[in-house]
Amino acid sequence: MQDMGEALAVAMTLVLSGDGDLVEIVGLSLRVSLTATVAACAIGLPIGALVATNRFPGRGAVLVVMNALMGLPPVVVGLIVYLHLSRAGPLGFLGLLYTPAAMIIAQTILIAPIVAALSRQVIEDMHAEYADHFSSLCLTTRQTVQALLWDARYALLTVALAGFGRAVAEVGAVMIVGGNIDHLTRVMTTAIALETSKGDLPLALGLGIVLMILALGVNALVHSLRLTAVRQAYA
Amino acid sequence: MKPLRLAALLCAVSLPCAALADDILVQSTTSTANSGLYDHLLPIFAEATGIQVNVVAVGTGQAIRNARNCDGDVLLVHAKPAEEKFVADGFGASRTDLMYNDFIIVGPAADPAAVAGLDDIQPALEKIAAAQALFASRGDDSGTHKKEVSLWASTSVDPATASGDWYRETGSGMGATLNAGIGMGAYVMTDRATWISFKNKQDYKILVEGDADLFNQYGVIPVSAKKCPSVNVEGAQAFADWLLSDAGQAAIADYEVDGQQLFFPNAPD
Amino acid sequence: MREAIIHGPEALTEGAVPASNLLPLRVRGLCLSLGGRRILNNLDLELGPTGCTVLLGPNGAGKTQFLKLLHGLLEPDTGEIDWNGAKPAQITSRQALVFQKPVLLRRSVAANVDFVLKSRNLPRARRNALLDHVGLGDKARQPARLLSGGEAQRLALARALATEPEVLFLDEPTASLDPASVNRIEEIVLQAVRNGTRVILVTHDIGQARRLADEIVFLHGGRVAEQAAADRFFAGPRTPAARAHVSGGLVL
Repeated sequence: MQDMGEALAVAMTLVLSGDGDLVEIVGLSLRVSLTATVAACAIGLPIGALVATNRFPGRGAVLVVMNALMGLPPVVVGLIVYLHLSRAGPLGFLGLLYTPAAMIIAQTILIAPIVAALSRQVIEDMHAEYADHFSSLCLTTRQTVQALLWDARYALLTVALAGFGRAVAEVGAVMIVGGNIDHLTRVMTTAIALETSKGDLPLALGLGIVLMILALGVNALVHSLRLTAVRQAYA
Repeated sequence: MKPLRLAALLCAVSLPCAALADDILVQSTTSTANSGLYDHLLPIFAEATGIQVNVVAVGTGQAIRNARNCDGDVLLVHAKPAEEKFVADGFGASRTDLMYNDFIIVGPAADPAAVAGLDDIQPALEKIAAAQALFASRGDDSGTHKKEVSLWASTSVDPATASGDWYRETGSGMGATLNAGIGMGAYVMTDRATWISFKNKQDYKILVEGDADLFNQYGVIPVSAKKCPSVNVEGAQAFADWLLSDAGQAAIADYEVDGQQLFFPNAPD
Repeated sequence: MREAIIHGPEALTEGAVPASNLLPLRVRGLCLSLGGRRILNNLDLELGPTGCTVLLGPNGAGKTQFLKLLHGLLEPDTGEIDWNGAKPAQITSRQALVFQKPVLLRRSVAANVDFVLKSRNLPRARRNALLDHVGLGDKARQPARLLSGGEAQRLALARALATEPEVLFLDEPTASLDPASVNRIEEIVLQAVRNGTRVILVTHDIGQARRLADEIVFLHGGRVAEQAAADRFFAGPRTPAARAHVSGGLVL
């Protein structure tokens, strides 16, 4: 366990020294994964809300598929996105491979099903509570979905957080579509993989600790937001 | 959020970091990247030409496949037959010898197959097989893996029959294979550059080296604009030309880790 | 559709309005089963154009389901509900229903009313008048879900009145409220009746029925056991079941 102690020391040094490369990598990690989370919410929340509030034939199958897609392997997502964005692929002309945009796309695909499936559950529970009031008001589907998304916002924040956690921690997809290019597409997880493959385990672990501190910070922020909401009975 | 706003957001996030037209992308083997060679070379090249070089470091097999998809401007790998096929298929403009180092066998200090000090690779591999001592192979179609397979083929042993037994194919990069091999006490064949710069050596030592068969040649290939119209032809040629020039070759020779030279330039005059 | 009932704060409290053209209501042969249990059994009913009708009946008589059927939130198994030529689902938006346990949005008091106004494209300026009308003017900024039971029910009433309903259904609106709260809510309901809103109210509170009802409909065994003007009914119910119910006896 000597490495653990060394890793802690490395992590402390990295954080306290404000190492320029580290700041850049952390910044890119946050930018890519937060953008992917926002995009995944823009896609996943309406889908989750629509499935939650509507009864239609084949709904059971849709639920099973949504839940299954939560387990998408990052490497597979990375490969599929790579094949599309590659110069030889159908979207190669966009020139997006090996850019942060490619990483955002891959992570969005990875976590949109998580956002959709988890939000479906949250919204369905709330809809059961609101349904009578809403049908009495003769709301349209659009009004219903908008109202539910707004009223469930604090619970959905936790859903978004689950997506963000998965995005910021995955390495398989961003490694393939980002290429782990120094100063361009290197993020926390690919940097950790790189240092591991160089055999620099303390530095890899140190970076891992920084990543966990980051996740801790984001979670604490969301938690305090929720606490405020709970106090006002908005959550 | 409206789809339009989403698209705008994606653009705003991605555009500032999309590769600029002047940049070039190198599809590279891992040893040159992980050993820090590019960190040494690229600033010198950028200083001389103003061209920014981005490196994707993957196994040689993967690098060639990516380049065949036109996802790179320059290929820098170490598997001569595969490189020549790449050029013959029209994907590479030309292949030139760039530099070399050598492969070595590293193993635990205990050396269960007693191969320490051998300078002949075939007997060493046969002793490992006879002792059924663990051997960790890349198993990933990389340049190093191709080399290792060809070396086994020159022995009387077919390690594939012992796959999963004493012959362990990790299916990962050099660093990951070294970590795994060291973790299980297996012998590992690695290029010298990766080994010297590798930081998790524990009690491992170089046990077999010096056989002419362990020679490791690196080549550089600008990707052909005929197959891949999107490549940055001038940038790619400028990078290859510089690597092969006296200045580039001297820069390669200058690179040392722990006082040891990692790569030996051997571009043709 | 008739003229809007409410034009400003003053309109909330005074002024007679012509009766809704949704009335008379005719219900024929209504049957409803839920979970294998027959709740309404060939129910017939006619309701006139004005006033407050109170539905009485023992627990499980199907009063809540009957309100939902009239409001178009439930479909009957068989039978017909005729709102002067319209089916319930066609005119749901011209009615409002206040539930026994109000469903309040996770928003402020004001935002709960705003939501209803916005859903109907009604001017948001009317919100303060509505809140003042139910005595919640000073609580507009508070989280709705932190209101007391009585306040919550008054907010539900404000929301219901916001849509200017021609028919207002109330499902035990004062169950488990303290007497002061009951008083305030009955005041608001009486005012709505005076303003010409057709009120149909379910209650177990016989005193409340006496105070509010112009007409009593007694449900028993899945159908209307007795229908009479309130003073007539309370002077002496004709059916034994109604008599027992009013006097607190057991109805089987």
